[in-house]
Amino acid sequence: MATEVGPTPVKAPASGGTPVHHGPKGVGEDNKILSQGKWATWLLAPTIIALAVVIVYPIISAIVMSFQKDAGLDPATGLFTAGGPAGVQNYVNWIAQQCSAPAGGTVACPPGTLGSQFWSATATTFFFTVVTVAFETVLGFWMAMIMARTFKGRSMVRAAVLVPWAIPTAVTAKLWFFIFAFEGIANKLFNTSILWTGSEWPAKWAVVIADVWKTTPFMALLILAGLQMIPAEVYEAAKVDGATAWQRFRLITLPLVKPALMVAILFRTLDALRMFDLPYILTGGANNTTTLSILVINQIRQGFNAAAALSTITFIIIFLVAFIFVRFLGANVVEQSGATGKGKK
Amino acid sequence: MKTPKFLLPVATAGVLALTLSACGGGGGGTTGGGGGAGGGDAANNLDGRGPITYVQGKDNSNVVRPLIEKWNAAHPNEKVTFKEQTDQADQQHDDIVQHFQAKDASYDVVDVDVVWTAEFAAKGWLQPLKDKMAFDTSAMLKPTVDSATYKGTLYAAPQTSDGALLYYRKDLVPTAPKTWDEMMGMCSIAKENKIGCYGGQFSKYEGLTVNASEAINSAGGSVLDADGKPSLNTDQAKAGLENLAKAYADGNIPKEGITFQEEQSRQAFQDGKLLFLRNWPYVYNLATTEGSSKVKDKLGIAPIPGKDGPGASSLGGHSLAVSVYSKNKATALDFLKFMTSEETEKFYATQGSLAPVLGSLYTDATLVKKLPYLPVLKTSIENAVPRPVTPFYPAVTKAIQENAYSAIKGEKPVDTALSDMQKSIESAGAGS
Repeated sequence: MATEVGPTPVKAPASGGTPVHHGPKGVGEDNKILSQGKWATWLLAPTIIALAVVIVYPIISAIVMSFQKDAGLDPATGLFTAGGPAGVQNYVNWIAQQCSAPAGGTVACPPGTLGSQFWSATATTFFFTVVTVAFETVLGFWMAMIMARTFKGRSMVRAAVLVPWAIPTAVTAKLWFFIFAFEGIANKLFNTSILWTGSEWPAKWAVVIADVWKTTPFMALLILAGLQMIPAEVYEAAKVDGATAWQRFRLITLPLVKPALMVAILFRTLDALRMFDLPYILTGGANNTTTLSILVINQIRQGFNAAAALSTITFIIIFLVAFIFVRFLGANVVEQSGATGKGKK
Repeated sequence: MKTPKFLLPVATAGVLALTLSACGGGGGGTTGGGGGAGGGDAANNLDGRGPITYVQGKDNSNVVRPLIEKWNAAHPNEKVTFKEQTDQADQQHDDIVQHFQAKDASYDVVDVDVVWTAEFAAKGWLQPLKDKMAFDTSAMLKPTVDSATYKGTLYAAPQTSDGALLYYRKDLVPTAPKTWDEMMGMCSIAKENKIGCYGGQFSKYEGLTVNASEAINSAGGSVLDADGKPSLNTDQAKAGLENLAKAYADGNIPKEGITFQEEQSRQAFQDGKLLFLRNWPYVYNLATTEGSSKVKDKLGIAPIPGKDGPGASSLGGHSLAVSVYSKNKATALDFLKFMTSEETEKFYATQGSLAPVLGSLYTDATLVKKLPYLPVLKTSIENAVPRPVTPFYPAVTKAIQENAYSAIKGEKPVDTALSDMQKSIESAGAGS
């Protein structure tokens, strides 16, 4: 959570943020708290340093790299030479789908280059995000409603639901790869001969189905946690007042579960925006299933600096989506948990 | 832990997007800083002797360990440590790249896939095998040596090879087709028997690059010319790719062929659903011994068909290269010679079914008895063309895959696909 902004919350209490909060408690305690703040800083320092090394440094170096040219070939020796500064050229190349021309300068990227796939990869990424998250929300909600009831073997069901989520994505992807093979179970079961991984829409749906199968349990559990925060008395009172099941769902369940639901949707959306291993293994990115993350990995094999620019663009896209969620849709991870806490009291 | 509201998205997105940025940044490093053909790191430690490390992918058939034990017993002061990588080629590549970028002296000898040689050589990471480090390749099959050569300099010692074979149903086809047209003519036999005619690897991955280059080379064309420039706007290249596109449109390549990788195509053939199959030698053992195989006694092998005779197979295989950063290059060179000696090659062939690079072994009576496909494989390898030898291989293979895939599926005309392929490869070579 606080990884990115690590230094800010830590410094705040030390420099007096906390004492103000506890102000009314008396002068004597102020010093104590101040020293506690210092103490906290010291205790947190190793973590902050570790995070800075493994997270902040790579991000900064990726951004620095994204302004460098990729290595070119010296025609005389056949050896690579360092590219030098590129300004914003890498970014422009991606967004305008420009590739280097053999004669110098740039041309529109010919089909078959990674550069020509930027916008289609962006569209594919958003398609997967919207469709999978929509399915997962509806199915997850339904599963959570079932799990929230009391019935025999409920703990068994809850544990069983977690299985798809517990399997590593790469394994899931391989599993569905075999299911969707031409001679695979999917075609045998429905007596069809669909080329699941060989044509555009079946390939896209194959990815959607596998992803929904895998991550709906995650959604269901987050929503279940939200559902269980709703006190049973509210429902009882509504029942006494004669509210129908639909009214109870619309007027009680939905508004009260909304904070948990929004957080769940936010998490899944951000996750889906960087989807990589599932389509990579299932379809190899063929038939318009190349997501931005797949494009980044493919580009890394061809040139690091252009890949750094692309990953920065992806980062910005994810950031913007998160921003919209938090600012306009009320998916406020920290504050909402405080609000529900108040509600419970 | 009260975070200012405006920073929340940063934090949330930050955590979730980290993997991405970290990946982009993880590679890092400068390229081309290393030594050139003559100077720099390549001139150092040529007489160094001492313990070295050998790096290779997973030793699936357990052939490397016994060899290293043998070497270590004979060279107590120059022991070799074996570092085993994963069995995923992409990960092996990335692991080697990371170590070389860090100028790590602990990777002395590395096993390189034939398609990586040019890239690593151009980055200045591989010790040129000349002058003091000269390595004798005269007994080796020429295409295997070509695949280890970049800009006229040998950068690696060919160790194992691999070529395509045409498997066919002896019971349905009395004599193997020698040319592509002949083979397509026999597809009526497949129709009568209600099975698919020809299978290869046409899913969009490295296997498609292999199959598409084979089609182009076999028709007399080439992907890159002698100078490493793309040469796809030719009638021969067109004829080659058109062969595949036409076969798919006609149904001679079954509809599901577009999803085939090595294993799916082998399975289809073993289940008796294909008349002809283009695949690697490993299929021979499995198709003749696996219990579920329906073609055990009906399996014929031949060189892949070309325009007027045997086609031009793409070349697989691995070579051994010495790192320019190695401290003990003299030992490394001795180890290269040991690992490519006749004795070692024989051991590889018998124990691991790995195709030798020494021409003489293909007619060795004891070996042929054990591996009956060897004489056919020799024809295949002798006629083989290495996949494009270029430092921009990842971009080149991408360009071939994307466009060949569209052409075979009939989504774009062969002409357009080839000119797009040509332009994509040109643009890759131009740097970014």
